[in-house]
Amino acid sequence: MKLKGAQIIVETLIEQGASTVFGYPGGQVIDIYDALYLAQDRIHHIITAHEQGASHAADGYARSTGEVGVVIATSGPGATNLVTGIATAYLDSIPLVAITGNVPNSLIGRDSFQEVDITGVTMPITKHNFFVKKIEDLADTIREAFRIAKSGRPGPVLVDVPKDVQNGLYEYETQAKIQKDDVPAPEEADIAKAAELIAAAERPYIYIGGGAVTDNAGEQVLALAEKIDAPIGCTMMGISAVPASNPRWLGMEGMHGHYASSIAQNEADLIVTAGCRFSDRGTGNTSKYARNAKIIHMDIDPSEMCKNIPAEVCITGSMRAVLEKLTAAVEQKQHPAWMARVQELKEYTAKLEQQKEGELTPFTAIDAIAAHTNKDTIVATDVGQHQMWVAQRYPFETPRTFISSGGLGTMGFGLGAAIGAATATGRKTVLVTGDGSFGMNLNEMATAVSNNTPVVIFIMNNGVLGMVRQWQTLFYNKHYSNTTLERKTDFVKLAEAFGMPGYRAMHLAELHEILPKAFAVDGPVLIDCAIDCDAFVLPMLPPGGSIDDIIVDPTAM
Amino acid sequence: MDHIKNFVISVLVSNHSGVLSRVTGMFTRRGFNIDTLTVGETESPEFSRITITMHGDEAVCDQIVKQLEKMYDVKTVQVMKGSKTVVRELLLIKVKNTSETRQDVMSVIDAFRAKISDYSPEALIIEIRGASSKIDAFIELVKPYGILEMCRTGLVALERGGSCLKDA
Repeated sequence: MKLKGAQIIVETLIEQGASTVFGYPGGQVIDIYDALYLAQDRIHHIITAHEQGASHAADGYARSTGEVGVVIATSGPGATNLVTGIATAYLDSIPLVAITGNVPNSLIGRDSFQEVDITGVTMPITKHNFFVKKIEDLADTIREAFRIAKSGRPGPVLVDVPKDVQNGLYEYETQAKIQKDDVPAPEEADIAKAAELIAAAERPYIYIGGGAVTDNAGEQVLALAEKIDAPIGCTMMGISAVPASNPRWLGMEGMHGHYASSIAQNEADLIVTAGCRFSDRGTGNTSKYARNAKIIHMDIDPSEMCKNIPAEVCITGSMRAVLEKLTAAVEQKQHPAWMARVQELKEYTAKLEQQKEGELTPFTAIDAIAAHTNKDTIVATDVGQHQMWVAQRYPFETPRTFISSGGLGTMGFGLGAAIGAATATGRKTVLVTGDGSFGMNLNEMATAVSNNTPVVIFIMNNGVLGMVRQWQTLFYNKHYSNTTLERKTDFVKLAEAFGMPGYRAMHLAELHEILPKAFAVDGPVLIDCAIDCDAFVLPMLPPGGSIDDIIVDPTAM
Repeated sequence: MDHIKNFVISVLVSNHSGVLSRVTGMFTRRGFNIDTLTVGETESPEFSRITITMHGDEAVCDQIVKQLEKMYDVKTVQVMKGSKTVVRELLLIKVKNTSETRQDVMSVIDAFRAKISDYSPEALIIEIRGASSKIDAFIELVKPYGILEMCRTGLVALERGGSCLKDA
């Protein structure tokens, strides 16, 4: 049947399983919005307050479900407003399809009104992008975008469609939802080499990243850990792959990792890595990273092998397949001395992280939130100290329940992402944010109110840009340059002005009183919670430093 | 630090607009330096062939190959082996034409089997092709006679024997 290009876009999105899409109308996408209007019983569109919010919402949708998130924006400023969201998804390997309108082919290249070369702009931050010149290519290009976005190491793909292509008529036939490409099986020789290293190891440490979440490989990680008798540490992106309650779990390592996780990694004689890329936040100074260990690097992306850290064995493949093969290839091992050492480190870490009873601290606030959530509750964050506190403290039990911008570290990510996750899953979603990050995209409160999205916004309000302040305290002679915000924003009143209830907590007792009320709200709600501006994220490996420089008690510096 | 070497990398890519900027953009973005780059259509209009020369250690070369292989438009990538490869470069060079130096320039041209492509009272355009080292040597020899301008194509390379990049 012959359809308009804009309808072909919408039909292809539906065909590819996009039940909810996010976006913002504009001159060069009016036709797409007309097609969305005609198909509104089959595809749900959420208009955000700003295209950036829409891009983060599509990202949150993808992170919480594993499905491809879709965002639509008009040409020019609409498209450029997506850039931060696309880059966020790119750095964290999140499957996203961004559809942008552009001026008609006849006006391309003439600096027309709201014309921007968005494929040029997004080239370095997409897995691939397309400019659809001819309507004949439209449906297949969008299908190809979905295939690329979700295959192998996922990532964002942008499809730019000029207005005349949206307006044209062309034959369209529904096709089946496109499947991910098959991942080649891991090389047996690599598995055998890895098994040899494991057999010889006395202090193995399993180190997992976002790839373990993407491939839903938690069970396989645990099976290997049981077989080789190893603890499991992770990057920030690896959080939630394995339940935090598992006794082998050490949690995040790296710049703000748990003491036990970072120290154990340094003491290990073998690091078995699944789905991580040895980011500088994880490794610190690479020349001093894991000096005592041999490394087995397992990832789906061959270009990550030996990119940042040289490894003894590199195994390419899907994390589940690689882990299963490796587990089958190794003998059951026991390392009682090593596991006793790990236990000792865990106990010491618990002591370090102990909180004074009755005091409102970042950790007691997170504990209080956790008392009102269940293991399926999604917790999103923005970026900064609050993000690290959540990463360290919140007991994540279920894959894809932790939603946070890792690689790009995008302040302002959280609210859009939380709305996307809550919309995709229909579950109550908590956003833990800071007053700095929240200030960047708080306009999305409007979106949450319009859609009655069940998002509990929890602001850790310390009146400062806490993470930068922490660096200024530790490394810049307390020169608090532009990090003391001196705002007079009343977030409770602001929430009410947007149309959602707001609460304020100054003490822990007050917080305990408020939380049941806030969690009982049907729809969005905001809690403004006072946090000490000099609370630190600890431990800390100083930038460019190594495990030898770990800061546990800054007063001792 | 590993030994710094020169590498010739041949890349078969889809022949549509924007592909070259994707490839060169990746080099810039990842901090890889390109010494020369040539691109042109192949025997199949579907594909273009890019020949890149760069210097660095083996690890850098490996990383470049892996990054190239990840790109959507890239079909095959091959690091060319020096002994098994025919490499050529073309130079067009404009040298001053004076009665005092003409004979000397001519004898250099003869010795290198170069040829004169344009002759005017003020200048000669000389055309020479060969391996880059030959071209370098030629430039050095004509330098004293006054180089007005020059233009090098960068390297093109094909593997000796019957095997082809598209089957690599």
